[in-house]
Amino acid sequence: MPPDSETVAEQVFVALADPSRRAILAALAAEGPATATDLAGRLPITRQAIAKHLALLAEAGLVTAQPGERRRVRYRLRSAPMQVAQQFLAALARDWDGPLGALKDHLDKSAHGPGPAGATKL
Amino acid sequence: MGFPDRIERTVEVAHPPAKVWAALTTAEGLAAWFGNEATIDLRPGGSARMRWAEGHVAEMRVERVEEPTVFGFTWHIYGLPDDDPRRTYVEFTLEPAGAGTRLTVVESGFAQLPEDTYHKAFDGNTQGWASELGELVAYLDAA
Repeated sequence: MPPDSETVAEQVFVALADPSRRAILAALAAEGPATATDLAGRLPITRQAIAKHLALLAEAGLVTAQPGERRRVRYRLRSAPMQVAQQFLAALARDWDGPLGALKDHLDKSAHGPGPAGATKL
Repeated sequence: MGFPDRIERTVEVAHPPAKVWAALTTAEGLAAWFGNEATIDLRPGGSARMRWAEGHVAEMRVERVEEPTVFGFTWHIYGLPDDDPRRTYVEFTLEPAGAGTRLTVVESGFAQLPEDTYHKAFDGNTQGWASELGELVAYLDAA
């Protein structure tokens, strides 16, 4: 059975809470698939620590290992879990309070005749 | 309780339902308080569109039109790729309250993850840019 969306999102947020893992994910997003050695050359993190983080990220499904010889395994970001997390952020980012306030202002203003309504636009 | 699947707000406005209905369901009304520009084809299945001054555009599909009590539409989940099929459903309910209106808005579907979407998102589409760029390279090599 696939993990539910909340579990997926939690794994993303847990991964992003750690600065090293955030740096690894950012590097994979910005520059594409890379080996642990590539990442160690670019980030101020030891290869050993990077390998540990990559294993954890792969376990959580946030990166995937492309087949290759040992030490030449390239890791690629998986966007799907990020999109699940983004969906939750969308709920938090949705602003209804602002538009409903603007609706009330608009109705009140237009009650006093057809004045310009631009001031309450978002 | 985890992340919300559903957002609900109720406001009391000092105007009759007919007037609130016009503000919610006409291009002129929507452009006055919600977007900066709006178009709407007010029938189930009709399209509506709002544009904001900073460039954001919302494409809506009208789902329920029961004047002057229920207006519902779906729209894309902000932040997801344009081809993502997931949409949230927004429903406005208008009830007379004295001389005014009790307006409730419910937006639901933030936590949806249908089985087919799951498979599409998690199995079929994990290649992403790496795959698309790989196809481009193969195409160029063959040319």
